[in-house]
Amino acid sequence: MSAVPVDTIVPAGEPWMGIVRSGQRLRIVDLEGNQAVDTLFYNAEDGDEHYSASNTIRAQGNIYLTLGTLLLSNRNRPLLRIVEDTCGRHDTLGGACSAESNTVRYALDKRHMHSCRDSFLLALARTDAGLSKRDLPGNINFFMNVPVTPEGGLTFADGISAAGRHVELVALMDVRVLISNCPQLNNPCNAYNPTPVRVLVRDV
Amino acid sequence: MTRTGPAAIEPLWEERLHGGAHWSGVLRRGRALRLVTLGGGANVAALFYSREQPMERYSMADTLKAQHTAHLTSGCVCYSDMGRILCSIITDTVGWHDPLGGLTDQAMVDARHGPTTFQQQRNERRVAGHEAMLVELGKFGLGERDLVDCINFFSKVRVDEAGAMHWQPAHARAGATVDLRFEMDTIVLLYNGPHPLDPHSAWTPPDVQLQAWKAPPVSADDACRTRCAENGRGFINTERYCA
Repeated sequence: MSAVPVDTIVPAGEPWMGIVRSGQRLRIVDLEGNQAVDTLFYNAEDGDEHYSASNTIRAQGNIYLTLGTLLLSNRNRPLLRIVEDTCGRHDTLGGACSAESNTVRYALDKRHMHSCRDSFLLALARTDAGLSKRDLPGNINFFMNVPVTPEGGLTFADGISAAGRHVELVALMDVRVLISNCPQLNNPCNAYNPTPVRVLVRDV
Repeated sequence: MTRTGPAAIEPLWEERLHGGAHWSGVLRRGRALRLVTLGGGANVAALFYSREQPMERYSMADTLKAQHTAHLTSGCVCYSDMGRILCSIITDTVGWHDPLGGLTDQAMVDARHGPTTFQQQRNERRVAGHEAMLVELGKFGLGERDLVDCINFFSKVRVDEAGAMHWQPAHARAGATVDLRFEMDTIVLLYNGPHPLDPHSAWTPPDVQLQAWKAPPVSADDACRTRCAENGRGFINTERYCA
């Protein structure tokens, strides 16, 4: 687990974990368009401190993550800031798909299908970061469009991303990044076709 | 928005949750918990964990996306992150409970309401939601890792077309009632303090009466079960787990 510059392709259905040091940039590129990139952040030194969806949206008074959004931890401390965004809107209410939630959302016989939480759990099991299922709070879905209406409805709408769009974040502390490039085959948000993304970590 | 009147109940126990106080307890499958506000402007933050395996816990995301909603009212259920239903909202006189706003922390409360200490204010000191939940989590061997996004009962946060969040003033009046029916043995954490988006500097959380009772069995045509096909499957998953 190094903080050396990264430039890697994460295929659909695969996790990626890495460290981004304070001041470094993390860029995620939606290579083919409308791919959901389920992402969590942790304080690299203390895994008890993790990304908080409710703190982040409440602090900015808006449920969508976009250029300028400060990602806050469960201790209301800044983890990263979005400094480039050619997509325009990212979700943090929809969470990650799991075998269990797929049985609820789609059909009881969908349990066998691959899911983001499976990828998260495998990535956590393969590292010695001391993280487990307990450390999987609500995540970010980069490039995903989950609009909420004034009447309080919530839908998984068609994506507003496109091939080549990217989001870039600057780390404000040393953070551990956990990504699941979503393998969901039941949701039209990715046209039922999960695709690879490119992940870059670089110094500036 | 569904509004139904609260049914007459025979409480197994009752307890007054003081304004600003926190509470935890276990509500077993088949029991129900009524929350009645004894003054206006209440907000009760709630978190739910499986008593059998607390790693299974309330999931905001799974609750919202399964039911295609960003607000909770009667007919809605509270999903765990394991595709099961921890509890169902069987009665609601308010029409909208907020699942988005999260908790205050002590810095927020001190900045908005002024700092307090136990040495000065004794039990009138103002404890924040984050700290309150950490205390109650600790009683079950749980901690910061387990502190997930909560429900804020009796509060409304409307989201406009641009995504901006608008806290609704004077949403719940005195006597507002919500009934939760527990579908699994559940650890319940409550914090009776202001919503983090409530801008008022006055600290006036009203008391809330808690009443537990034995709920009738969940019928085939139960309003929560039949709200959507997803909830039907959620009840099947829960019933299989408890079989």
